[in-house]
Amino acid sequence: MLINQFLILGAVLFCIGVYGVIVRKNAVLVLMSIELILNSVNINLLAFDRLWGGQVDGNVFALYIIAVAAAEVGVGLAMVLLIFRNRKTIALDDLSEMKG
Amino acid sequence: MLAEETGAAVHAAGWFLENAWLIPLIPAVAFFLIIGFGKRLPRGGSEIGIASMLASLVIAAGTAYQWIQRVDAPVAEVGHEVAPVIKSWNWFDIGNLHVSIGSHIDGLAVTLLLLVAFISTLVQIYSTEYVRGDRRYTHFFASITLFSAGMLTMVLAPNMVQFILGWEIMGLCSFLLIGHWWEEEANSEAALKAFWTVRVGDMGLLVGTAVLLGIFGTLEISEINEKAANFAGDNKGLLMFAAVALFIACIGKSGQFPLHTWLPDAMAGPTPVSSLLHSSTMVVAGVFLVARLYPVFHVGLDINIAGQHFNLIAVIGGITILIAAGLAFVQDDIKKVLAYSTVSQLGYMMLGLGVGAWTGAVFHIFTHAFFKCALFLCAGSIAHTGSHHSFDMKTDMGGLRKKMPVTFGVWMVSTAALCGVPFFSGFFSKDEIIDSAKYNDYKLFYFVAIIGAAMTAAYMTRATYLTFFGKARGGAAHFVHGDNHGHDDDHHAAAHHSAPLSFAKSDSSWQITIPLIILGLLAVVSGYLNAPALGIHWFEHMTESSIGSGTAMSVPPPPEFTWAAAAPGLLLVALGFIVSLALTKAVFGEKKNALQGLTQRNALLGAGHKFLVNKYYLDALYEKVIVRSIAHPISRAVYWTNQNILDGIVNAVGKGGKRSGEFVYKYLDQGLVDGAVNGSGAAASGAGTALQPVQSGKVNLYGALLFGAAAVGALVLVLVNS
Amino acid sequence: MIQDQQWLLSVGVFLPLVGVFVMLFIPKKDEATAKGVAIITAAATLAVGLYTLFQFDYDQSEKLQFFTTNNWIKPIKATYAVGLDGISLPLYILSMIITLLVMIYSWDHVPNPGNAKAFFILMLVLQTGMAGTFAAQDLILFFVFFEVVLLPMYFMIGVWGGENRQYASLKFFLYTMFGSALMLVAFIALFINTGSVSFSIPYLIENGSSIAKNTAIWIFAGMFIGFAVKVPMFPFHTWLPDAHTQAPTQGSVILAAILLKLGTYGFVRIALPILPQAAEKWAPAIGVLAVIGIIYGSLGCLAQTDMKRLIAFSSVAHMGFVMLGISTLTPLGINAALFGMVAHGLITGMLFFVAGSIKERYHTLEIKRLSGMLLQMPRMGWILGFCAMASLGLPGLAGFWGEFPAILASWSPAEVLVANGHQSLFRVLTVVAALGTVLAAGYLLWLYQRTAFGEPTAEFASAGYGDHGHDDHHSDIHDVSKFEWIAWSPLLIAIVVFGVVPSLMFKVMDPAVQQLASVFGGK
Repeated sequence: MLINQFLILGAVLFCIGVYGVIVRKNAVLVLMSIELILNSVNINLLAFDRLWGGQVDGNVFALYIIAVAAAEVGVGLAMVLLIFRNRKTIALDDLSEMKG
Repeated sequence: MLAEETGAAVHAAGWFLENAWLIPLIPAVAFFLIIGFGKRLPRGGSEIGIASMLASLVIAAGTAYQWIQRVDAPVAEVGHEVAPVIKSWNWFDIGNLHVSIGSHIDGLAVTLLLLVAFISTLVQIYSTEYVRGDRRYTHFFASITLFSAGMLTMVLAPNMVQFILGWEIMGLCSFLLIGHWWEEEANSEAALKAFWTVRVGDMGLLVGTAVLLGIFGTLEISEINEKAANFAGDNKGLLMFAAVALFIACIGKSGQFPLHTWLPDAMAGPTPVSSLLHSSTMVVAGVFLVARLYPVFHVGLDINIAGQHFNLIAVIGGITILIAAGLAFVQDDIKKVLAYSTVSQLGYMMLGLGVGAWTGAVFHIFTHAFFKCALFLCAGSIAHTGSHHSFDMKTDMGGLRKKMPVTFGVWMVSTAALCGVPFFSGFFSKDEIIDSAKYNDYKLFYFVAIIGAAMTAAYMTRATYLTFFGKARGGAAHFVHGDNHGHDDDHHAAAHHSAPLSFAKSDSSWQITIPLIILGLLAVVSGYLNAPALGIHWFEHMTESSIGSGTAMSVPPPPEFTWAAAAPGLLLVALGFIVSLALTKAVFGEKKNALQGLTQRNALLGAGHKFLVNKYYLDALYEKVIVRSIAHPISRAVYWTNQNILDGIVNAVGKGGKRSGEFVYKYLDQGLVDGAVNGSGAAASGAGTALQPVQSGKVNLYGALLFGAAAVGALVLVLVNS
Repeated sequence: MIQDQQWLLSVGVFLPLVGVFVMLFIPKKDEATAKGVAIITAAATLAVGLYTLFQFDYDQSEKLQFFTTNNWIKPIKATYAVGLDGISLPLYILSMIITLLVMIYSWDHVPNPGNAKAFFILMLVLQTGMAGTFAAQDLILFFVFFEVVLLPMYFMIGVWGGENRQYASLKFFLYTMFGSALMLVAFIALFINTGSVSFSIPYLIENGSSIAKNTAIWIFAGMFIGFAVKVPMFPFHTWLPDAHTQAPTQGSVILAAILLKLGTYGFVRIALPILPQAAEKWAPAIGVLAVIGIIYGSLGCLAQTDMKRLIAFSSVAHMGFVMLGISTLTPLGINAALFGMVAHGLITGMLFFVAGSIKERYHTLEIKRLSGMLLQMPRMGWILGFCAMASLGLPGLAGFWGEFPAILASWSPAEVLVANGHQSLFRVLTVVAALGTVLAAGYLLWLYQRTAFGEPTAEFASAGYGDHGHDDHHSDIHDVSKFEWIAWSPLLIAIVVFGVVPSLMFKVMDPAVQQLASVFGGK
């Protein structure tokens, strides 16, 4: 079925995103990886929406996620910018003051 | 409420016979009137009391007259048995038990009605002078009126419930009257003792009534008597039990051995009370109960059965005669001599009933009432007028015969009657009892009775000598006329003593002497209603229908009187007089001689004297041993048990509950449950420390853990679902 | 069952609660209004009660009258069923009279720490509970009313009581609750064993005999403990002296006059008719405990140094007579018991009133310190004497009709008991119970002699005599006051009237008792 490909695509994107979150040290890249994860979810939502009766529910969720993702990236980049201004670095390894 | 129910044989009866229930009702109503209005009346309620007693007396006399007519009516003669007149109303019903209230008139009841109403009237008249000025004058008349009402109620009772009602009302009034001057502890103690001792006997009355109800299924006295007289059941033991139980009540009420100890103490009351209590009411109630339910006792205790020489009633009566007469010898208080004399005479009555001399016993109630009442009133007269409110013969009397001629005359006549001097009333009644004891095969009691008669003569001689002869002593020496103070003033009014004593020349005032004279006359003539010595059997004829007869009981007729049979008794009485006179003169006379102070010198006589003075130590036994043991160790022990064992259990349960609560709180709640809560904190802390390295602050690591966990979760989900 | 004027009992039972509702809106400081409203409510309740008394059909007093039944708690099949017959009518009315009189007495006798409003509200709630218990014809309803009574009494003792009130009130509450718990279990067992159909008492009376005998005996045991604690029977009585001694006068009066009767009433109304086969088995035990109670209570009285505690112990003895009457299972005995309940209510209630007033005047009830009361307060002294005489069972006063028929009945107990060979046991009990009357005379007269007779003790002698002038000291020693007269005279009159005309009560109770006792045979 057509749906499989979408799901596989979503899964691949998700895994790439997870890989990026775990491995990358650059905060901007981590943010981008998160975007990938979110979009993989979007793909899944749209795919299932299509599969079960074509209601608009999935589309609406996807739109919400896009909006939230945009906001999140906006805030996230602003924070990264501020951190860079203060510390002259955005390497996540150096930002471990919040450990318990 | 009261629906007229029965009227057995009332059709031919006269008005008085049918309305005899008014006799107790009038004084009962008078009691409430005195309580309510007595204090506002000019004579403090005594006029209501006397008027009510007079009204009762008139009706009682009418009843007696009509009863005589009824007995003598030709119709009755044919049948010989004269049916009682019973009039009753339904009082209450419980199932099959019908309890009525009303009147049961027969010869016995009429005798007592007349007697009680008559004596009460005289005593009340006497009291107007004797207790004048008393602070509880009105209460006194209220109580004494109710007292008579109680006795009359009992005498009339057609059933046991009404009987108990009257019986207990008398108990209450005796409490109030004996304790009339309750400010002093001795008086209130005496009142308590009287009520309580009688109450011990009442236990028997309650139980006996219950047994009678159990056997006969009725509480009506006439039915009980009829069924008992024809008793044929196989459970005679129960009837005997009933008779014994009821007799215990009589022992208490009539002062028989061993419950006689309250009677002498009852002298703490005013003298008119003593005279009423000891003559016609209260103490004869016990004798009356035996006479009233004679078939129950006769059949239950096997009286007059051939070969039976003993029965409970005769034994108790006999013992009482002797021990009370013995005690009368050592009393200094004139009223106590008379009190023991009453006890002893009651013993005669009981003995009479015990040996089958029903008529003699009832007739002795009748004659004894007059002369004993007279004697008590004489004692009161002496104290009131002659001895300055003292009853002590040794310290305050002597030589009063010239100063108080009326009192002395009445005293002598009554003493003669009491001692059974021929042709005085006591002779006729007592002799019949003594004769019956002999002829009905109760030989031992015959001797007891004649010895008792001799002792009576002896102690009365002693008392008479000490009071009226010899030299005036103490109070009698300051012979003063009774002034306006009542007896209790010598306790409370010090002013009285400081006032100069005015010497009086005459005897007591008319309120006292007139009743005395009337009673003195009756002490002589009342005996002639039934004088076997002269061939008169009128009283017997009037009352014989009350004895009861049936297949199970046969009361022998009174024996024929012969002077020969009476002679031994009379000789002993004469001997008693002479010996006692001689001894008394020797011991208490002015001349010094060897007999004086003998009891102090001779150890054996001293011990005997002490034994008598201490009343055979019975009082000590009751008060110091029985009552004290109940009141102190036993009740304390019970209370201790209550507080420490029963309540201890409750408290222990309570405390146990609290302890287990504490245990639960301390170990389970605080330890385990709260421990779990606290422990989880510690565990969390420990785990946190353990996992601290994970908390590196490295976002990547967090992400890795997050996704790893998610992956594991997903794996589990897949595995579970597949 | 006669189902006319169905509203009557519900009004009688719940009218006091209306008064409570009104009183909630009265400010606490306005004590006079609060008292007034409460007394008017109690008077109105009594008026309803008297109307009930007149409407009652005395020719059919064995039937439940004014009967009404409604669904109440459907899932457990409890109904709201009320009705009165000859057994409950006297107690129902008595509870109303006592409440009113206690309230009148309380007009100027609100005990420390004051707060008349709350005190009167509690009494009204108590009234509802008591009347409800006597009217209830459903076990669950009975249980609820039975428990409703507990709480106000708990507060009454716990708040307005004496020094040791915390202990006494808690003991009273827990002890009774313990009994009630067993009682409830017994009720539920009854319900289940009769087919889980109904808690209605008339229904259970009809079907109770179908329960297997052994089961019935166990169910009876549960009820026995529940009721015996309330009576209180020996050995479950130890809460009573403490509760009485610590309770305020009003509490003592209500406790003695009505609350103790809830237990004995339970026996007569529920235990005996529903489980006659178990009652036969239990009767000898009850009789023995009752007689032990008589002797034990009397001996306990003799050991007392405190007047109120003495009266409390005398209750144990008197309730022993009541239970002895019940244990005979005869009409005579049960009639005596019912009469005894009312008589004890009147007489002991009166005794507690007098004790309360003495305490108020002398600030002590220690017998040793009281003496010569007749000199200082003649009327009070005579009333005390009158009550003592009534209490010791003087014929012609109400107390006698509770004791004497019980003794008569115990000599000839019911046929079923004779058949089981208990006759001789009961005969022994007769004799011992008669001994109890002797002891009763002993402790009451002894109390009376020491408190009323003699001269006042030195510490109170300065208070003067009778209606003569008062000194500065002890100026509160005065004779019977106006409110006391109003509250007491109905009781005193009732003691005499019922003593002289006992048929007033026997006539009402007898048909119902006959019907109840017919199962057991006997006279």
